[in-house]
Amino acid sequence: MGDYLVLAISCILINNILLAQYLGNCPFLGTSKKMETATGMAMAVIFVLVLAGAMTWVVDTYVLKKFGLEYLRTISFILVIASLVQFVEMFLKKSIPALYAGLGIFLPLITTNCAVMGVCLININEEYSFLQALVASFAYAAGFGLALVLFAGVRERILLARVPRPLQDTSIGLITAGILSLTFFAFKGWV
Amino acid sequence: MAKTIVQEFTKGLWDEIPPFRLVLGLCPTLAVTKTVENGIGMGIATTFVLVGSNVLVSVLRKVIPSKVRIACFIIIIATFVTVVELVMQAFAYPLFLKLGIFIPLIVVNCIVLGRAEAFASKNNFIRSTLDGLGIGIGFTLALAALGAVRELLGSGHLTIWEKPIQVFGPSFQPFTFMIEAPGAFIALGLMLCVMNLLGKK
Repeated sequence: MGDYLVLAISCILINNILLAQYLGNCPFLGTSKKMETATGMAMAVIFVLVLAGAMTWVVDTYVLKKFGLEYLRTISFILVIASLVQFVEMFLKKSIPALYAGLGIFLPLITTNCAVMGVCLININEEYSFLQALVASFAYAAGFGLALVLFAGVRERILLARVPRPLQDTSIGLITAGILSLTFFAFKGWV
Repeated sequence: MAKTIVQEFTKGLWDEIPPFRLVLGLCPTLAVTKTVENGIGMGIATTFVLVGSNVLVSVLRKVIPSKVRIACFIIIIATFVTVVELVMQAFAYPLFLKLGIFIPLIVVNCIVLGRAEAFASKNNFIRSTLDGLGIGIGFTLALAALGAVRELLGSGHLTIWEKPIQVFGPSFQPFTFMIEAPGAFIALGLMLCVMNLLGKK
């Protein structure tokens, strides 16, 4: 049990997917201008990433490794993720319309979110067991959500500040992300 | 279609240079630019995938049904990424190890899918090739520039062909902050600022 807790903490804080592993930065900058979109994106990522982490682990262990097809990993993972996203979208639309209304517009964007694919590959490279992969996927996604929501909060305040013209928008966003990343840097050496 | 063929190529080098003008593909930009060499290696790999997928998409653009086009583009891109992965494993193994999971992640690099969707699916073979080449070289230059700044300040030397060239004297204190994650964000932010200053009057 303790091992899983350590794994979760190290995935959320120490190896934060956005600020320490540099994955998923396009939605990080794209959807962080408003708190609402940021929380929507965070929820959608948590939802899809846990499913994708589990699915790709199963595909990798029981299909690719079993038949010696590791070189097809990239293609099969992206196909699994793309079809999973599509499937989740259709399922939510039919059965849980309330959730779909909240997450709907973010789901197609997740296919090209490198955090999802990245975590699936990390799970395989680290040779996690199924349960570990599940915990790691959830923890990475939670770390993504945490960083995204924190960043959106800061960014809403920046809108009120007077930023020099050449620094506006993405530029100041990146510098803010750098400072935020510095605070997460302090967690290094915890575990 | 007012642009000439030469302009299709050169727009990628300045007017639409990723990741500065088109803010896409940030993850590899931030992650692999610890050294110039990694930046250039990543740039070349991405260029190959861009040109390959642009060519194939533009050739097949009339065959692919528009409803499933994104899925088709992703498969085409993933094929080229697998080619790059295998070639690098065979001929540039140290670089392959350094770039790690960012090689398979070229699949989800928004620049590649963006060019396939926005350009190659609407333009002919020659224009798409030049577009892919231009954007790819622009991306390589941008990665090399960011890598040079970070490596120079972070470790005080530039590594080219695995030979470190000392730029500052021995008394230089490396500014290690620059080769860590926070430095990447801040260096890219400041470079965007410089590009904005140069570009818009």
